[in-house]
Amino acid sequence: MTAVITKPDALLYDGVEWDYDKIKRVYDAVEHIALKEMGLDVYPNQIEVITAEQMLDAYSSIGMPLMYKHWSFGKHFARDEMMYRKGYRGLAYEIVINSSPCISYIMEENTMTMQTLVIAHAAFGHNHFFKNNQLFQQWTDAQGILDYLEFAKTYIAHCEERYGHAAVERVLDAAHALMSQGVHKYPKKRSDLRTEQRRERERQEYQDQTFNDLWRTVPKTAAGPRPAKSVSERKKLLGLPEENILYFLEKKAPRLEHWQRELLRIVRHISQYFYPQKQTKVMNEGCATYVHYQIMSRLHETGQISEGAFLEFLHSHTSVVFQPEFDDKRYSGLNPYAVGFAMMQDIARIAEKPTDEDRQWFPDLAGRGDGMAAVREAWANFRDESFILQYLSPHLMRKLKLFSVRDDAEDPYLLVDHIHNERGYRDIRKKLARQYDLGYLEPDIQIVDVDLAGDRKLILQHRVTNGVLLDESDAKAVLRHIANLWGYEVQLIEVSAISEAILKEHAVTAPSGIGVV
Amino acid sequence: MNIIDRRLNPQGKSLANRQRFLRRAKEQVVKAVRDASGKRGIQDIENGEKVTIAAGGVREPSFHRASQGGVRDYVVPGNKEYVEGDTIQRPDGGGGGRGSEGSADGEGEDEFRFVLSRDEFLDIFLEDLELPDLVKQKVKQSESHTLTRAGYSVSGSPANLNLVRTMRNSLSRRIALKRPKRDEIRELEEMLREAEEAGEDATQIQALREQLEHIVLRSRRIPFIDPIDVRYNRFESVPKPIAQAVMFCLMDVSGSMTEHMKDLAKRFFMLLYLFLRRRYRSVDIVFIRHTHEAKEVDEETFFYSTETGGTVVSTALEEMQKVVQERYPDSEWNIYAAQASDGDNMSSDNAKSATLLRDVILPMCQYFAYIEVAAEHNMGLSALGRETELWRTYKQVQSPERPLAMRRVRSRREIFPVFRELFAREKAGA
Repeated sequence: MTAVITKPDALLYDGVEWDYDKIKRVYDAVEHIALKEMGLDVYPNQIEVITAEQMLDAYSSIGMPLMYKHWSFGKHFARDEMMYRKGYRGLAYEIVINSSPCISYIMEENTMTMQTLVIAHAAFGHNHFFKNNQLFQQWTDAQGILDYLEFAKTYIAHCEERYGHAAVERVLDAAHALMSQGVHKYPKKRSDLRTEQRRERERQEYQDQTFNDLWRTVPKTAAGPRPAKSVSERKKLLGLPEENILYFLEKKAPRLEHWQRELLRIVRHISQYFYPQKQTKVMNEGCATYVHYQIMSRLHETGQISEGAFLEFLHSHTSVVFQPEFDDKRYSGLNPYAVGFAMMQDIARIAEKPTDEDRQWFPDLAGRGDGMAAVREAWANFRDESFILQYLSPHLMRKLKLFSVRDDAEDPYLLVDHIHNERGYRDIRKKLARQYDLGYLEPDIQIVDVDLAGDRKLILQHRVTNGVLLDESDAKAVLRHIANLWGYEVQLIEVSAISEAILKEHAVTAPSGIGVV
Repeated sequence: MNIIDRRLNPQGKSLANRQRFLRRAKEQVVKAVRDASGKRGIQDIENGEKVTIAAGGVREPSFHRASQGGVRDYVVPGNKEYVEGDTIQRPDGGGGGRGSEGSADGEGEDEFRFVLSRDEFLDIFLEDLELPDLVKQKVKQSESHTLTRAGYSVSGSPANLNLVRTMRNSLSRRIALKRPKRDEIRELEEMLREAEEAGEDATQIQALREQLEHIVLRSRRIPFIDPIDVRYNRFESVPKPIAQAVMFCLMDVSGSMTEHMKDLAKRFFMLLYLFLRRRYRSVDIVFIRHTHEAKEVDEETFFYSTETGGTVVSTALEEMQKVVQERYPDSEWNIYAAQASDGDNMSSDNAKSATLLRDVILPMCQYFAYIEVAAEHNMGLSALGRETELWRTYKQVQSPERPLAMRRVRSRREIFPVFRELFAREKAGA
């Protein structure tokens, strides 16, 4: 056989050990491919080498390099540590933070090939996604997040010192329970100061113009109990209905101290910061995986990494994008890496080498050439739900052998309602997309009414879709947390989204401790 | 790109979180530790423990949908044989094929497992316990010293130079003596140069030159750092008080003591040892076993070799007295004693034992615990109120001002409660 031994000096590195020079060399080579050949656009990179223990640390504080103190992080650390020590679970090779500079953690145990892979995956793949996806652009402030966390950490430590651990913990516990109800799903209109001032001035002018002294002489109605405002007026005044429960409590809860409101605000901000990540799991991982695959293949093609290194890479790559089938013991849902990576490849394929079917399904995309540009476009403009709805091709559905199952609790059997055939494609795609739609996945809970002049009972409503109610014991526990913050009775009504019929009610009485939460 | 090596950053960043977690789960952890300590062997009592607590107390609730009921749709991969309209047997555990979400329904509480470190385990294990009478904290011969900071001195080794102090002195001296600043010199030089270039008149240049010379000279005469500015950190060596304790284990090994009883005694001694270890830097143990005569032995012999003979308790007390006199003067040692026996004693010896205990042993002891071990099956007897010889004897000696405690133990389960009872914190107040 005519094995051509590449010139050793073309290799970026040799062997498994890594050092800083090698990392620097590899980084430059990867950067060249990523920016020049793939046209990626990234935040400046900062790579930090950490130990396994520090990786566990980072895990427990939801991946952030600094985080305030709370027992729940200690709990996660205790569990992760045990899993890791007992060998039930390995550690991630990297963690990457959506900040500018973009911080990627790499573990000291990794081999040089793994470090190369991690740099390609995190420092370029995720980094590009963070910088370019519209969701992240719209919702997160990459420059400010670390400073904000620093502020949050100091502020909470300060509160603990001043008001006691227990008091702070109660607020944080409650806030954590409401974290997924602490997100603004639609961006607020950004009101700038100038418009605000102008509006204020106009209002004043209007009042001046319409001033009539005679109004003063009109006899007032006898002072008595003010007529109760109509329900709709009341709701309007409080900005109800409101689905951001944390926001509502922060702004409107009558009994909270200033610092307690600030704690709610901190948790809400952090929750908001992670909101785009929750919506882009498939795309984010798909993007990073696609990028590292392209870069590693390119490094291999150009003879910059050895055959051995490439095989090692392929080994870990394939285990990352492995998708067990539904009847496999290892199956635990669709693997976002697998789906994401497959879809990215598929998009590039459709753009470059479409079949007739593709031309029919994706008239704009098929055959336009330059797969990389098509993929970059998708990364910038979609989230998981819309991405799947837009790009999942029949070809891929057949490849993954997707089928949809309907589980109706009333029936003794599960029903296969669509499979990967001509009749099923569109439905499967729609259903899969919905499986990634946070608005659909998370229960729709809103604050609908409160009578601040009356008994101050807070009323929440869960609009039930498909007859799936809330988990009762957890719902009760969360309501108790809300009652702690609100200070008065809280009621949750589950109504059917279709018939408006009341399906179930939960209520929690006012906490007995008056005054302090 | 920056590469930063974070490996040397302070470890244990999550320690504060862990403490918060343990505090949160306190009740359950304490319970789990108690259960665990009942089960585990003596040798590994000091190791960490994997504890399992109910997740209830540390649950983080959130609004989420129930795992059952209603209509759900799933898209799953890997179809092999199904066509539209097929039905599938509902898999166990609900959740139609989404294994990960399926949790036990109803009030079934998940368990939460984690590992306690050795220190955490012991802390909880020995929580709320207090050693009676910690008074005798003697300073042993001054063989152990520690260096403590003791202000500043004007002499010392360069390694101890206190830069901040030195620079502060230097600065104040320079200000006081009006040492010209470097900027001033530079400014003057500049002015001189400009004057020369501009060709101003000679006297003015001369005046400037003299002024410059003057301040340069002055700055040379007043040094930036003078030897009188220099300060060193001063350390003093302080003898370290060593609180030392000796623990006497006395045990009856006559034929009537069964293996079961010895095991009980051993467990008790073990706990006492652990407990003393947490309070005192060094703890000596003396094992004295007795039948009709007493002997100081090593641990192995103490627990595992058998002996026959009668039972004369006073011999053990005498032996203890002897050892104390020889090696552990009670002015320098904290003396703790624990005696385990099945309660048999020769009746002629009772009076002697009582006197010995009252007049000699108790005055020199910090604490004397008497544990009467009984066979598990004949528990009925003592419950009926039949008191053993030794119990009755010791009972006469017992009085509030004497550091003597007596308890009966029948089974392994009781060891820990009895131990807690003996050392519970309220004891100190009594």
